[in-house]
Amino acid sequence: MTRISLPAAAPLVALVALLAACDGGDPAPVEYGANPQLPEQEHGLLPSMKIAEPASWGDRRPSVPEGYEVTAIATDLGIPRQTLVLPNGDILVAEGRGGGAPALRPKDIIAGVIKAKGTTSVKSGNRLTLLRDADGDGAYELRTVFADNLNAPYGLALIGDQLYVANQDALVRFPYREGQTQAEGPPAKVTDLPAYINHHWTKALTASADGRFLYVGIGSNSNITERGMPAELDRAMVWQIDAQTGAHRPYATGLRNPTALAVQPGTGTLWAVVNERDELGPNLVPDYLTSVREGAFYGWPYSYWGQNVDPRVQPQDPQKVASAVVPDYSLGSHVAALGVAFSSPAMGERFADGVFVGEHGSWNRSVPSGYKVIFVPFRDGAPAGPPVEVVTGFMGEDGKTYGRPVGVTVDPRGALIVADDLSNTIWRVAAPDQTPTAEAPAQPDAIQPNGAQSNGDRAPASPAN
Amino acid sequence: MAVTYDHRVDRYDHRPATAIHPVHAVLLAATVPLFLGGLIADIAYSMTYQIQWTNFASWLIAGGMVFTGFALLWAFIDLFRAGRRRARAVACFALLIVTFALGLVNSFVHARDAWGAMPEGLVLSAVVSVTALVATWLGFSSLRMGGVS
Repeated sequence: MTRISLPAAAPLVALVALLAACDGGDPAPVEYGANPQLPEQEHGLLPSMKIAEPASWGDRRPSVPEGYEVTAIATDLGIPRQTLVLPNGDILVAEGRGGGAPALRPKDIIAGVIKAKGTTSVKSGNRLTLLRDADGDGAYELRTVFADNLNAPYGLALIGDQLYVANQDALVRFPYREGQTQAEGPPAKVTDLPAYINHHWTKALTASADGRFLYVGIGSNSNITERGMPAELDRAMVWQIDAQTGAHRPYATGLRNPTALAVQPGTGTLWAVVNERDELGPNLVPDYLTSVREGAFYGWPYSYWGQNVDPRVQPQDPQKVASAVVPDYSLGSHVAALGVAFSSPAMGERFADGVFVGEHGSWNRSVPSGYKVIFVPFRDGAPAGPPVEVVTGFMGEDGKTYGRPVGVTVDPRGALIVADDLSNTIWRVAAPDQTPTAEAPAQPDAIQPNGAQSNGDRAPASPAN
Repeated sequence: MAVTYDHRVDRYDHRPATAIHPVHAVLLAATVPLFLGGLIADIAYSMTYQIQWTNFASWLIAGGMVFTGFALLWAFIDLFRAGRRRARAVACFALLIVTFALGLVNSFVHARDAWGAMPEGLVLSAVVSVTALVATWLGFSSLRMGGVS
C-alpha cells in the first residue's frame, strides 16, 4: 500500500497530518481525586498513541523513596502478574498471558501489532512460582514451581487451607499446608468464569474478611461494545462466589475492567481499581479506585464517572445512566491501574494508612501516564489527599521503558512486592526497619541517593515479626 | 460518449485503437461494489445497531482502498500515455485521488469503536461511493473500446 500511494503521498500526508493535529493536542496534567475535571470528548481520526519502547534494566533500578530499598527477588519469570504473600512469608507469583481475542476489523490487526511492541515477548508461564526467604534477610533464595499447566492464572487468594486461583476461564483451588513448596496435584474447579472471547482476560480475585466469599473481577469484552452487546453477558462486573459451593451472583456491575480487588482491613469493604474506556481523548476517561458497593452500577458501557453519556453506545439506556454511581477516586486517564493493596503500619509512617496502586502505563496518550506505583493515603477509611509516588523509574528520561508494574502486595513484615510483566521481575521494596534496635548505629553517610544503600542500612524483615 | 474525432484539432491520432486494459478495468471496476457494499453495510448498521454491519463496512472499505490504490497508480502512468485524451485521463486520476483521500479518512473513521464511526462514516461512504463510480465511468469511457480514432 505504501508504494501505491506514493503518487498521492504529498497531499495525503498533509491531510492526515492536519486531521491528526485535531486529535488530542497538549494533554493536561493527570486529574486525581474525588472530583476530576472531565474535558470534552474527542473523537479524533487517529488515536493518540505512544507505545512503550522496552529496554533492559541493566544496572538501573526503579526509584523508591529515601530510606527504602528496592531489590529484584526473582527474574526471568513467565510474565508475572499478581502475587500473594502466604502466612509463612512465602510469595506466590501468578504468571501468564491470556486473551487472544480474534481481530474483527483491519484496525484490530494493526493495533495488535503496534501494542505488542510495548509488552514482553516471553512465553506465557501459566504457572504459580513460589519464592521463599527462609532466613529473613530479604533475599529469596528458594524458588519452586508451585503449580503448572494453569490457564493464564491471575488472581490469588488464600482462605484457611485452601488456595484459590483465578484462571482466565475458571476459579480453581488447591489444598495448601503451611510450608508447602509444591501443590500436591492438579487443582479442583470451583466454578467456570466467563471466558468467551476474553478481550479483557484477567480475573482479579480476593476473599471476603470472613472467608465465606470470593470476589472475582471480570473485565468487559470490548473497549466500548464494539464486539456487540451479546458478548458482554456476565462481563464488566464483580462476581461474589460462595467459597464452599461455587455459586455466584453479580455483586456490582458497570465496572469496565476491574483489574485488582482488595478487602479493606477493619471495615471488610471491597475495593477495586478499574480501567476505563479509551479513544475519547488523552484526558478521558479516568481510571479509578473505588469501594465497590453491593448492587451498584458504575456506568459501563452507557456512561462514565456517573452520568457522562458515551455516545458510542447505541442504543442508549437512559435509566441505566441515571442509576450510575460515581466512583470514589480518580487515578488519571489511561494509567492502567492493575494492582491494589492495602498498606499496614509496617510499611513505615508515611505509608501506614492507604493503598498502593500499580499502574501499568498508558498507550492511548501522546504524553505517557502511569508506569509507576503510587500510594493513595487514606483517612477514616477513605482516600484523603493526592497520591504519593512510591516506585518510579519504570519509564526512563530517555523515553525507554524498563518495566511495567502490575500487581502490588504488602508483605506484613514490612515490604511492598511489585510484579513487573515487562522485565519479568518481582521487585521488593523494603520499608525501613520499624523496630529500634540497640546495635543500629546512626550513620548519616551511609544513606546515598536513589535508595542505593550499604548493606548495613538494609531493612531486614525481622523473623520475629 | 466516445468522441472518436477531435474537431478542434486538425489532425488524426494515427495510433491503433486500444481497448481498456483488462487489469486496469478490473482495478477500476472493483472499487464500485466494494465502496457501495460499505455504504450499504453502514446503512444497515445505522438502522439496526447490529455491530457486525460496521465490521463488514470496515473490511469492504479496506478492500476498496486496495483497488483504488492500484487503479490510482495505473491512472498516474496513463497520464503520460494519454495523448490527446489527456483531459479525461487527468479527470479520472483526480477523482481517484479524491476517492483515495476520502477513503483513507473513511477507513480511520470506521476504525473508531462502535457508534463512534457514525454518522461521519455513513456520509463519507456515500461520497466515496459516488466518486469511485464517476472515476470508473470516466476511466472506461476515456479508453475506447475499439473503433477508429
